[in-house]
Amino acid sequence: MAQTITQKIFARAANRKFVDPGQSVWLNVDVLLTHDVCGPPTFDIFKQEFGPKAKVWDPSKVVVLPDHYIFTANEHAHRNIDLLRQFAAEQGLPNYYDVGTDRYRGVCHVALAEEGFNLPGTVLFGTDSHTCTSGAFGMFGSGIGNTDAAFILGTGKLWEKVPESMKFTFEGQMPDYLTAKDLILQILGDITTDGATYRAMEFDGEAVYSLPIDERMTLCNMAIEAGGMNGIIAADAVTEAFVKVRTSKPYEIFHSDPDAQYHSMYRYNVEKMEPVVAQPHSPDNRATVRSVAGTPITKSYIGSCTGGKLTDFRLAAKILKGKKVVVTTNIVPATVLVASQLETELYDGQSLRQIFEDAGCSIALPSCAACLGGPSDTVGRSVDNDVVVSTTNRNFPGRMGSKFAGVYLASPLTAAASAITGKLTDPRDFL
Amino acid sequence: MDTIIQGKAYVLGKNIDTDQIIPAEHLVYSLSDPEEVKMYGKYALSGVPIDQAGLPEGGIPFVEEGYFCSPYSIIIAGPNFGCGSSREHAPFALKVAGARAIIAESYARIFYRNCVDGGFVIPFETAQPLNKSILTGDEVALDMANNTLTNLTQNVTYQLRPLGDVVNIVQAGGIFEYARKNDLMASEA
Repeated sequence: MAQTITQKIFARAANRKFVDPGQSVWLNVDVLLTHDVCGPPTFDIFKQEFGPKAKVWDPSKVVVLPDHYIFTANEHAHRNIDLLRQFAAEQGLPNYYDVGTDRYRGVCHVALAEEGFNLPGTVLFGTDSHTCTSGAFGMFGSGIGNTDAAFILGTGKLWEKVPESMKFTFEGQMPDYLTAKDLILQILGDITTDGATYRAMEFDGEAVYSLPIDERMTLCNMAIEAGGMNGIIAADAVTEAFVKVRTSKPYEIFHSDPDAQYHSMYRYNVEKMEPVVAQPHSPDNRATVRSVAGTPITKSYIGSCTGGKLTDFRLAAKILKGKKVVVTTNIVPATVLVASQLETELYDGQSLRQIFEDAGCSIALPSCAACLGGPSDTVGRSVDNDVVVSTTNRNFPGRMGSKFAGVYLASPLTAAASAITGKLTDPRDFL
Repeated sequence: MDTIIQGKAYVLGKNIDTDQIIPAEHLVYSLSDPEEVKMYGKYALSGVPIDQAGLPEGGIPFVEEGYFCSPYSIIIAGPNFGCGSSREHAPFALKVAGARAIIAESYARIFYRNCVDGGFVIPFETAQPLNKSILTGDEVALDMANNTLTNLTQNVTYQLRPLGDVVNIVQAGGIFEYARKNDLMASEA
């Protein structure tokens, strides 16, 4: 029987030859990810349900990456880090990346990839909706709540319904003014914020396979904005090259069968697409940048798991080199590694960091920062009636702080071009 | 589990995401310390723009300023309720505030799982846009045995979608209770 890549990964994790969409199966979990916001309540539930002395099912498979509320004076946020530290020590967790030490990494979805935890064919659950980011590695990654995560901590298993799949094929050569963010915002406008609920979103086509791994992560990251259970791109040579220098763990590459059944199929030609934004207050409220160009903004924000990776900053630097920003522009590298790459990566003879500093941007320490608002002292948090152009992934009311603010989701090219003019600006004006 | 849940309805629109249900800045509070838990009640649904809060008129906060509990126990909403983040603090906050059930046209997956597996609030689905006919403050009764919602104020009864596969987890009160009852934790562990 023909199966999609997601079905094949489910079948492997459920010790079956074949699984049917709609069927509920118990999956053996390869990695459980958690962070400072959902880790402490997850550990509480674990102790309550399995007993105060219970041990997690496999310490090597639990990855704890604090990243949400790191650089804040909020005492409750600090207490949450203490609770992570305490649990990691009690349980002897080797994969705890403590704040304030040289093990601190930054935003969990990006750090997970950098540390070699993303392996083709495996099953990852995480207490964060953007766990679907890891699907860029030809694996299953999906977000869950604290109770489900506590269940996994004790048993290594979770029930899940086998999703139907939707296929999105991007043909053509990627133009230099287009990014993965434009592709996913295009899809969101077409299928809306619940267009993929309980389904897998599979990305394919020559344009997708021409993207570097961090751009593929951007595409999969926002599957959840359409309600998707997971986003997925089958592994290729680019994926394998990235994985092999980080880990020697075994993995298995799966592909969808040519005659696999899909819920629906969408085809795009990237050469005919334009830079787009999602207007306030929903990720599916799409408009071409051209059609809203000139809208005044008060802030530009380039950061997060979906918009604060090396390629995002390379693209922003291309636009910002030799220019000045006229609105507050926050550069927030996702991880410590990305932050160090800002120093070492050059564009046109200058480091990315130098380009951003010369342009007048402020560069923050790596964390989730204002992507989700956070405590009141969070860098880049929106206030009052701010109008923000942001490379983050969500713009429901209040997402970046103030519920009176409006957020335009955009590519790093569009966010950079708009920072220079103080108005929403099509990046083609600067390319 | 009660078979009838009766109370006042609180009506919302579509795409009520988890940042509207419990804004991210409040996620620092403990979910086990009884004093801090109250904060989740205080801030439940505080991220909903005020003109969209308590439809059709709006301007009605779910929890009044200075209170930790809501006078409303049944939430009526449009499609895609609970979209956005995975925070289990969202259904938890609704429960702490006093909500017992939600009746929406559809739910985002993680929120739905959290409601059911955590045993917080009961998520029923309706094929009709009930948020267009029920008014905030109407007295409604949810009949779990017959999958119906009766608007006692307007004297109308609506058929809801049966809970389906998850009814057993809902009846058990959550995934752990269900797993214990069915020997899943022993055999699966």
